[in-house]
Amino acid sequence: MTAGPSITRRGLLAGGATVAAGVAAGCSPEALTAPQAAAARGQGPSAAPSFAASSGTAVELFHGAHQAGVATPPQTHAVFVGLDLLPGTGREAVVRLMRLLTDDARRLTQGAPALADTEPELAALPARLTVTFGFGPGLFTAAKAEHLRPESVAPLPAFPIDRLEKRWSGGDLLVQICADDALTVAHALRMTVKDARSFARARWLQRGFRRAAHAQAPGTTQRNVMGQLDGTVNPAPGTADFDRAVWISEGADGMRGGTTLVLRRIRAELETWDAVDRVGKEFAVGRRLDTGAPLTGTREHDEPDFATLTPVGFPVIAEQAHIRRAHVTDPALRIFRRVYNYDEGLTSQGHADSGLVFASYQADIARQFLPIQKRLAEADLLNEWTTPIGSAVFAIPPGCAEGGWIGETLLS
Amino acid sequence: MLSRRTRSAAALLAAAVALTACASQTTTSAAPASTASAAATPSAAPSTSTASSPLTITDPWVKTTKEGMTAAFGTLVNTTGTDVVIVSGASPLSPKVELHEVVDSGGKMVMRPKEGGFVVPARGTHPLQPGGDHIMLMGVTEEVKPGAQVAFTLTLADGSILEFTAVGKDFAGGEEDYQPGMDMGGDKGGHTGKDDQ
Repeated sequence: MTAGPSITRRGLLAGGATVAAGVAAGCSPEALTAPQAAAARGQGPSAAPSFAASSGTAVELFHGAHQAGVATPPQTHAVFVGLDLLPGTGREAVVRLMRLLTDDARRLTQGAPALADTEPELAALPARLTVTFGFGPGLFTAAKAEHLRPESVAPLPAFPIDRLEKRWSGGDLLVQICADDALTVAHALRMTVKDARSFARARWLQRGFRRAAHAQAPGTTQRNVMGQLDGTVNPAPGTADFDRAVWISEGADGMRGGTTLVLRRIRAELETWDAVDRVGKEFAVGRRLDTGAPLTGTREHDEPDFATLTPVGFPVIAEQAHIRRAHVTDPALRIFRRVYNYDEGLTSQGHADSGLVFASYQADIARQFLPIQKRLAEADLLNEWTTPIGSAVFAIPPGCAEGGWIGETLLS
Repeated sequence: MLSRRTRSAAALLAAAVALTACASQTTTSAAPASTASAAATPSAAPSTSTASSPLTITDPWVKTTKEGMTAAFGTLVNTTGTDVVIVSGASPLSPKVELHEVVDSGGKMVMRPKEGGFVVPARGTHPLQPGGDHIMLMGVTEEVKPGAQVAFTLTLADGSILEFTAVGKDFAGGEEDYQPGMDMGGDKGGHTGKDDQ
């Protein structure tokens, strides 16, 4: 019974999107068979309008004071690419690179092919595509713009819990590509990387995913691969708290309206996590697995009461529970998490390679991210089942206006 | 080498500039024919076509190359009610610039100067694209780097000119030769004329 409707919806989703795409840039006949198939099964088209409006043709604006892809409601699919500038790539070349990549991004995100796009039809469904650029410490050095680098955009101090691998760490230039459709992401990645190859080599690539775009109501806190609601206490885009916590508003002009990104690859030790019972899992975090409510509350967004004691006198939310250690009272000192799950290969024993591509945006890494990270590294019950294996930091320059390019406030 | 392959594969590009969302950014207008060449400076802040601009080009780009030949592409847009004919092209980057077409010559795709130039139909467009008509730089005097800004001037039959700047773009069309349904037969040696070089 449940399979029927879900097939219908998917069929209509593809069909509605295809019709819209056909207007813009032609479409493949194969795609048109999806709604036809649904119709043949006797399933009505009544759900079509709402899906057409919010699916493949949906667009996120590119231009503005801030880059898209930070405050943007997280899309289903993400790829983060870390690039290293080739030796001898100086400011003049970085400017050419950023002009090219900005041009690709502004077109692709609006559903238009990139300039000289080899697969223009793949650009027709932007599916809320965003392309976000970040500058690592090495880019500032290469461009002789060290004085413009936010001070804390530097490799993080080593933490005892870290097991960092070079293949997931560092990078001069970040390209973050997010969309509700995986093929859209693939095409944007392809066009971007082709334009970057003359300037840089790929250092790492990290893919991530969240719940599918229409799987649950917008704004629902997502679950990670460990089954936890992840991101309950997060500044809400559009609020003054978010703006204070995320967007840079002081210091040199070049970064105002920008932010910083700490990208950590955190492996989930699912094999040992499996061995923990629900009580143990909830104790480690301080929240219930089903509702996400703090152990002292009943609903997800109830404030945790860290003072409540059990009948025998221990804190209900343990001293080393994750949410106690991560707790930040001042909203301006919070970090904004926009995390993606990863789930890559399996070992021959069937062991998972899963975890989080943990993307944390904040106005100031030293003021906001590091204190939290230090507390968690010192003591967090969850550390037993999570291992940071990658770490990279980037300045996310402000957005640009039409005709502008990302990085112009720093490099021109 | 690369440029040869590029053009053989390239009809793919056909739709690349059809959408207008970003066109204004890279659109340059020709001087009105009545003011002739003296007034034909490129617009510093290119705007979309107006009735007074008989010819514009959207999304001009030039294929990067270290040396030798390369080509420029884009979509010519005629905003007037009469055909516009482009008779020649020039660029400071290459002492010799030709207006080329690609034709099937005995089963082989070859490029050659287009007799009579490019005709942009009244209220119509004329695509310049790999595998089709293009502006050929016969020998660049310096490397065309990705992201470079390369100046071009096209001269119309009435003597007016269109000046624009094309952006250098890496492009290696040969990788897409496998694409089915192409009318070029997937022949990597499409520009056989250049093999004589």
